[in-house]
Amino acid sequence: MGINWFKYSSPQAFHPLAGKMIPWFSVAAGLLIIIGLYIGFFVAPTDFQQGDSYRIIFVHVPAAWMSMFLYVIMAAWAGVGLGLNARPSFMMAQAIAPTGAMFTFIALLTGAMWGKPTWGAWWVWDARLTSELILLFQYIGIILLRAAIDDLRRADRASAVLALVGVVNVPIIYFSVRWWNTLHQGASVSMTASPKMATTMLTAMLIMTVGFWMYSFAVTLARVRCVILDRERQPMWGNQTSIQEVAEAR
Amino acid sequence: MQWGSVSEFFAMGGYGLYVWVSFGVTALCMFGEVLAVWRRHAAAVAESRDVS
Amino acid sequence: MSQPSMSEALGGVVRRDLLLAMRHRSDVAMSVFFVVIVASLFPLGVGPEAAVLRMIGPGVLWVTALLACLLSLGRLFTADYLDGVLEQTALIPQSLAVLVIGKVFAHWVVSGLPVVLLSPLLGLQFGLDGVTLGVLTLSLLLGTPTLSMIGAIGAALTLGLRGSGLLVALLVLPLFIPVLIFGAGAVTSSVSGIGSEANLSLLGACFLLSFAFAPWATAVALRIALE
Repeated sequence: MGINWFKYSSPQAFHPLAGKMIPWFSVAAGLLIIIGLYIGFFVAPTDFQQGDSYRIIFVHVPAAWMSMFLYVIMAAWAGVGLGLNARPSFMMAQAIAPTGAMFTFIALLTGAMWGKPTWGAWWVWDARLTSELILLFQYIGIILLRAAIDDLRRADRASAVLALVGVVNVPIIYFSVRWWNTLHQGASVSMTASPKMATTMLTAMLIMTVGFWMYSFAVTLARVRCVILDRERQPMWGNQTSIQEVAEAR
Repeated sequence: MQWGSVSEFFAMGGYGLYVWVSFGVTALCMFGEVLAVWRRHAAAVAESRDVS
Repeated sequence: MSQPSMSEALGGVVRRDLLLAMRHRSDVAMSVFFVVIVASLFPLGVGPEAAVLRMIGPGVLWVTALLACLLSLGRLFTADYLDGVLEQTALIPQSLAVLVIGKVFAHWVVSGLPVVLLSPLLGLQFGLDGVTLGVLTLSLLLGTPTLSMIGAIGAALTLGLRGSGLLVALLVLPLFIPVLIFGAGAVTSSVSGIGSEANLSLLGACFLLSFAFAPWATAVALRIALE
């Protein structure tokens, strides 16, 4: 019986389970995003200060939230992987990174699109924007570090350490840029003094956020399936590297 | 409903460019990612069939 | 054979690394000259206007120091990794994190300290005055060990990888940003006549945080690389 339980927690058993879950998450994501967009574009009123440019926040804020949530979740999986030496949690961390990086990119781009009409500049060195940019650098660093290491076990663990170090870094950067902005008074822009949001706006934003969550679940699970297949295809990776080394030595 | 006509909807009160680029790029990224993962999975399945 | 104590092991690592560095004195000279040349390039690129130079000086000197630290990170563990000493070091009963502190300290004495000692001269090139030169030196004295400490994590993670020089820059530079902000901020606030104490104490906080956290993370990363 013990062997059976072991099998259920193994990647081979997880692959079909993930396959069953993906359609549900996909449908939920599609429905929620459509409802969110409908409320955002047809129910929510035009903002009396910003006009219709504010509708960008219906993708911007959910994307920014997701970029941070996903980083924390990735780091948590990485930490579990390091602590328990569990391969599936490293696979989860590996699968989350590209989606997180994509949401970070979307948040930065839509932020620029919102900033130009609202502040008159594509980019300001605000604490949130800067932290988001550094978050993107960290995602890219983690993906590149993994790509540079051939040994799967080392790649898993090294990128996990980097992800955990990054969790400490981002709040420090947020704080330090705020501090830095008070020194350079001229450039600072206050984003905290935003007018009170109408309930429909908030509803649309929250529904979009849940939709993005569902999307992230679906895509991450699908990518975990790819990772499992890729890894199962080369169960002898230890031998392969040593053969490679022998070939190179000659 | 606050939009008088379709063209008014697309103009977004003069901010059409910013709004539609934002939503367009977001949609493009998300569909692109889904497509990329889809193709990667298909390739992985095909290769694992070849091996076994 | 009696086991050496923690401090004996630490002293041994520092002494050995400094001795090795003294045998490769040109390596040390290279990182110092790198800083001098890069710092001299900026006025040539920006123009000799004194007000502009005084404004960009703190940032330029800090970024230069940061790049010098980055370039020297490759030397931190690579030689020991290649000749197998690192593997032996990892087997020592004393905590690997403590030995990492020793290695990072020796590395800082060789690559960071010369830059700190040279910084008042470089500050003169940018027209910084007496008090500010002092703040610049002090901020670098607090900041460069922090940079070495954080950089060690990146050096350990990329140990023995192809293209590790560029990769370590990509991994470590985002982690350097708070130190850069507080360090350059201290000098800038001194230039503009505001007290620099707040920035310096934040820089000190960064040092303490990195001292508590980075050697441990580096030790974990080294063990991963050595497996």
